[in-house]
Amino acid sequence: MGVVPPPAGLTQRAGAGQGTEGGVGTSPQRPDGVLKVTGEFAYSSDLWHQDMLWGHTLRSPHAHAEIRAIDISEALTVPGVHCVLTHADLPAATHYGLEFQDQPVLAVDRVRYQGEPVALVAADHPETARRAAERIRVDYVPLPVVHDEASATAPEAPVLHPDRDDHHAEHVPHPNVVHVQPVVSGDVEAARAEAEVVVRGSYTVGMQDQAFLGPESGLAVPAEDGGVDLYVATQWLHVDQRQLAPVLGLPPERVRLTLAGVGGAFGAREDLSMQAHACLLALRADRPVKMVYNRYESFFGHVHRHPARLTYEHGATRDGRLVYVTGRIVLDGGAYASSSPAVVGNAASLGVGPYRVPHVAMEAVGLYTNNPPCGAMRGFGAVQACFAYEAQMDKLAAALGLDPVELRQRNALSQGTALPTGQRVDAPAPVAELLRLVKARPLPPERPWEALDGGGLPTVDLRALPGGLANTTHGEGVVRGVGYAVGIKNVGFSEGFDDYSTARVRLAVTAGEPQVTVHTAMAEVGQGGVTVHAQIARTELGVGQVSILPADTRVGSAGSTSASRQTYMTGGAVRNTCVAVRAEVLRLGRERFADQHPGWSDAELRLSDGAVLAEDGTVLAGLAEVLGDTAIDLELEFRHRPTEPFDRVTGQGFGHVQYSFCAHRAVVDVDVELGLVKVVELAAAQDVGRAINPQAVRGQIHGGSTQGLGLAVLEEILVGPDGTIRNPSFTDYLIPTILDTPPMPVDVLELADPHAPYGLRGVGEAPTLSATPAIVAAIRQATGLDLTRVPVRPEHLARG
Amino acid sequence: MRLELTVNGRPHSADDVWEGESLLYVLRERLGLPGSKNACEQGECGSCTVRMDGDLVCACLVAAGQAEGAEIRTVEGMADPDGQLAPLQAAFVEAGAVQCGFCTPGLLLAAEELLERVPRPADADIREALSGNLCRCTGYENILDAVRLAATRTPDAPAPTRTSGLTPERRP
Repeated sequence: MGVVPPPAGLTQRAGAGQGTEGGVGTSPQRPDGVLKVTGEFAYSSDLWHQDMLWGHTLRSPHAHAEIRAIDISEALTVPGVHCVLTHADLPAATHYGLEFQDQPVLAVDRVRYQGEPVALVAADHPETARRAAERIRVDYVPLPVVHDEASATAPEAPVLHPDRDDHHAEHVPHPNVVHVQPVVSGDVEAARAEAEVVVRGSYTVGMQDQAFLGPESGLAVPAEDGGVDLYVATQWLHVDQRQLAPVLGLPPERVRLTLAGVGGAFGAREDLSMQAHACLLALRADRPVKMVYNRYESFFGHVHRHPARLTYEHGATRDGRLVYVTGRIVLDGGAYASSSPAVVGNAASLGVGPYRVPHVAMEAVGLYTNNPPCGAMRGFGAVQACFAYEAQMDKLAAALGLDPVELRQRNALSQGTALPTGQRVDAPAPVAELLRLVKARPLPPERPWEALDGGGLPTVDLRALPGGLANTTHGEGVVRGVGYAVGIKNVGFSEGFDDYSTARVRLAVTAGEPQVTVHTAMAEVGQGGVTVHAQIARTELGVGQVSILPADTRVGSAGSTSASRQTYMTGGAVRNTCVAVRAEVLRLGRERFADQHPGWSDAELRLSDGAVLAEDGTVLAGLAEVLGDTAIDLELEFRHRPTEPFDRVTGQGFGHVQYSFCAHRAVVDVDVELGLVKVVELAAAQDVGRAINPQAVRGQIHGGSTQGLGLAVLEEILVGPDGTIRNPSFTDYLIPTILDTPPMPVDVLELADPHAPYGLRGVGEAPTLSATPAIVAAIRQATGLDLTRVPVRPEHLARG
Repeated sequence: MRLELTVNGRPHSADDVWEGESLLYVLRERLGLPGSKNACEQGECGSCTVRMDGDLVCACLVAAGQAEGAEIRTVEGMADPDGQLAPLQAAFVEAGAVQCGFCTPGLLLAAEELLERVPRPADADIREALSGNLCRCTGYENILDAVRLAATRTPDAPAPTRTSGLTPERRP
């Protein structure tokens, strides 16, 4: 038996009947669904090769230390060990990175965070590899740790990257500042005189982890041409390839990547984790090498959400009109840049939220520290800002004596509003309407724990109480609160990035029937892109049977599965390519059949249900007849309209291609004696432009809302002042269970964006923004406490 | 050591099993049954949930030796041999309860065990029964829908004995 391959092509049949079933706007089943419920879907950690070795990474125990020496001799003597690698064995480039190449593949003379990779082992059993790694002697000399803004930017602070040559380096106030982005519009100083009510606040967002379930893993197989084939769970095959080729010293075409089954991503797979390490070991050992992180290692092996400190000042008129907002957002990027510059740009440009504000002075700052590296996570800089500006809106409403929803609606932006960056919103922006929808929902019943037993006598259902079956309360000391929030998120890559995706579409007759094959490099990370691509192909080509080929680097880049962009971008590429294939079908048909039926001259020919139809519905020919032995096979790129970088001083610029909006209403019960929170209901309303797959849209809103719930009351990586992680396990890092998660009714609006394919709007991220502040607002209302940090923990709530 | 056990009704054996290996490692790496997943290896996430002599266990917490002679049921044993999905499997696909799917095998076995005990579960029963299985993608609403849907399609039969979760036709 050779390689157990990653998922083979996924074929799904739909169709027959009126029109082509399973197209855009319907919810066909996932083509990979049956494989996933039978256990046959091969995730990256399931790959297997009869000759494979297991790779293991030795990581730094220190957050900041000098490396004096590394001695691998003892590790090499362990029976079953095939090779041990350190930085001295790297064949070519020694550093990599998404935006700056500032991250060592293996530490050279210094480690900058706890868990930084120092050496690699390949052995015939994972336990052998781990034990051999323990025998590597590393001579560390601990260095002072910078862990926050003050310690990182002090004049005497150790400079973490003294050799910076990135394009932000000369513009930052301190070399430990990755990037600063101001956004200035109007005249805040003058506006202060106009404001009748001013509220100020300082807020803190803890470090959240993506906590995808499928650990970092993959299989690297050395190839006969001296290259390597890597089967891996990632979010962007081509950006991995772009970073790997220089590290391996190989031309990109000899570093071939195929997407293995991905168990969730949420941003954490944007950066390299084990990719380079497995390839280096495989090439050195000349054997396939599999690496699988366990959960402990996973907490060190990927970037996290930037923890943040935010200070805001909101000024308004007595009638509740925002006059000015000032804000400063400090994002801790940890030891390496990853995508911190883009996170800073998002936080700054989306920092006032979905509101009309004439005078704005925002600044977002990203730091280098010795804390765990932070990068992409669902919501990407907008989550942190949303927690703070929504808390401010509630505070302002209270100061004005206004209903919090009313205040938001009075200031809500709408189509045509200019944002603080000067960019005018040129698509529907139903912020006020989304708030109206969540507010209009009936509230869940009060005191849901008061039930009747079988005999009709009142009883207490502990399961409905904060604390649940822990039997901590019977309802005394439990108070209810209701809170609202709304957020704004950009879709796609911003600030002038050349954001594109590629799709290859083949239409041919197989066994007498037309069949479409779609090949893209899109990472299916669970979001359902494979379903959507088949739907688009069916709609555009009128063919029920669509095969989705495995994503790999033999086709052009699809860009990242992040920034809510894949349905827009790769969906757009599939659509564009299908449109071109359709044109070719019609050209062929005219060439072959125009003299048999005058209908072929009709300008409005359609493809539906495997046939070419005239405008009046007359079937002109079956697709199988038109194609015969001809296969139409095209590959095209799709780009969204260009954006531009924000001005370094003013933040002005057409920086984002599209905005998405989501509102939440949270209802919570809080046990104020024990500080326990039960979220009773979390209602959402979101505008998705066009629901390409309504079931998947709801799934994204539920999933995003749940991650927002996690940030509100459960999830935080605890990092000590020494830069070490205190809770790298699912025992101590708490993600919401089904018991922590309430019913989540959803309203979906479909107001088409005229600039987007099918009018769609990226869905995945916006719900993560507003869920968190809505829940915290509800807890504030229940308790009367001025809660300024998330996650809210019992000790923040319990009344002495 | 040599390990002998029954998995999904078929006898299996593995040689040279290291004493520290878990049942999960044996299933995935020695018996070629990777359907049970490895997400936390600490008994917290339920991704590796299997049934051992009918009981739900986290396979990552079961030492290989403890499974000697046991009857194990994994997700690979749920569908009929001819490929017909079990009602729960079909319901998970239909209800959109599967996104990345990494949690799905464990959830399916936990839900199966629930429906055997409580053929018509209330939502609170479902939540309690599935609270040991983390899902990071779906937000659980569609998972609740899937279990409700499967319950409507499950005969209201008495629960089987606790000694075996295997149906007679799947015995060796």
